[in-house]
Amino acid sequence: MIEVKNIKKGFGERTVLNGVSVTMQAGKCNLIIGASGSGKTVFMKLMVGLMVPDQGEICYDEKDFNKLNNEEKKEIRQQIGMLFQGSALFDSLTVEQNIMFPLNMFTKDTYAQKLKRVNEVLERVRLKDVNRKFPAELSGGMKKRVGIARAIVLNPKYLFVDEPNSGLDPQTSLVIDKLVQELTLEYNITTVVNTHDMNSVMEIGDHIIFMYQGKKEWEGSNKEIIFNKNERLNEFIFASEFLKDAKDMRMLEQTGKIDNNRDMDKLIG
Amino acid sequence: MTLFTEFGRYLLMLKGMFSKPENMKMYWKELMHQCNEIGIGSLGIVIIISFFMGAVSALQTAYQLVSPVIPMSTVAQIVRDTVILEFAPTLVCIVLAGVVGSKIASELGNMRVSEQIDALEIMGINTRAYLVLPKIMASIIVIPLLVVLSAALGIYGGQLASTTAGILSPSQYETGLLQYFQPYNVFFALVKAYTFSFLISSIPAYYGYHVEGGALEIGRASTKSVVVSCVSILGADYVLAAILLH
Repeated sequence: MIEVKNIKKGFGERTVLNGVSVTMQAGKCNLIIGASGSGKTVFMKLMVGLMVPDQGEICYDEKDFNKLNNEEKKEIRQQIGMLFQGSALFDSLTVEQNIMFPLNMFTKDTYAQKLKRVNEVLERVRLKDVNRKFPAELSGGMKKRVGIARAIVLNPKYLFVDEPNSGLDPQTSLVIDKLVQELTLEYNITTVVNTHDMNSVMEIGDHIIFMYQGKKEWEGSNKEIIFNKNERLNEFIFASEFLKDAKDMRMLEQTGKIDNNRDMDKLIG
Repeated sequence: MTLFTEFGRYLLMLKGMFSKPENMKMYWKELMHQCNEIGIGSLGIVIIISFFMGAVSALQTAYQLVSPVIPMSTVAQIVRDTVILEFAPTLVCIVLAGVVGSKIASELGNMRVSEQIDALEIMGINTRAYLVLPKIMASIIVIPLLVVLSAALGIYGGQLASTTAGILSPSQYETGLLQYFQPYNVFFALVKAYTFSFLISSIPAYYGYHVEGGALEIGRASTKSVVVSCVSILGADYVLAAILLH
């Protein structure tokens, strides 16, 4: 389990995170949402140990990550898989070599065993005949899937996903979201997703944390988000008329009535 | 950022390179890869520069030796000493600062900007040890070898140019090469080569590793690393000459 306790982080005079506390639910998709500049990326970087907080604790199974020695940190890091916004595949290595890299570094398996594992994860992310291709030869969606394959190749306990849908078309975004959700359930991984994408929120958001100006503004599930009364969250998540309509439709479906402040006559008229 | 802060970060990067490797085999593979990239990758330019450097040095020395009391075989002696003492270690390392230095800075800078370094860190790999140390070690292994090759080719280039131009016969050139030869000069050249090879790999690695931003910053880091490496080479050249030649 990942617990974040009263975390603060600033750069110079600017405070980016101001006392955020949250517990990531084990075996579920935890989504961090918020506008650009709300501190989501810094929050994720702090959680994976790429940055050190000014104050507060990040606990993996009740151990404060930043108080561990290098060897203990390494042990935890080997239980973490991460998919980066730009996939972060190694340019000079083929897809097969990219996915095999963590296995080469941390296991003593034979080449045949490693290749078998690589093919297993490639099949799991539904990629075929790409072993010998270089990242430059792949589409954005394929790169993301290779990134996921590399992230899960060592059977991680925690999966961090930064902006999985950026630069992807809506259909491919859904495929990636579905994949992240399936893997979370299948391997019982604690997944943390950093996203702006409202489809992701509604589809895979078992546990949603809404960040606003460096603070946790709202926390709940994708079922609760429809009925939430938080103005800032509603402004952010149901920003367009289309999304407001979708919210109303979902509300009507679930409760038989629409509870909103919109002037429906004006909209229809 | 002040010079002292930068120097402090540079020292911290060097200190951070030393940790127990996660997998020795992978580090060895990376070291061999870097030896190939830096050594074989720079071989062509080193051969061309060294040969012409020796040839031009022979012709210009002969042009300046107008006194009838100085034997023409002295040309070979001067070419030998200038090539060993200065041209092979300093000039070649300045060229390599451009070739190897910009490559190291842009490679690491690109890895930083595209989050590849972060990806390695999250896997639990010490990126300073895995990415920076092999580059510095490979440079320290390979560049002195290139300097020795450069010295040999420079001297040969001088011989070819002076005999082709009819300044000296091959035997006169060989006689000149053996006149007043001091093996200490070779030691001095190697000390310079080891020092410069450390500078031209560690300085670009520092600038590349700490890039923040995008493509523009990678370009800036690459240029800055070459400039700082060249200035450092010249400074170290003077200090080593002052210490070791007196």
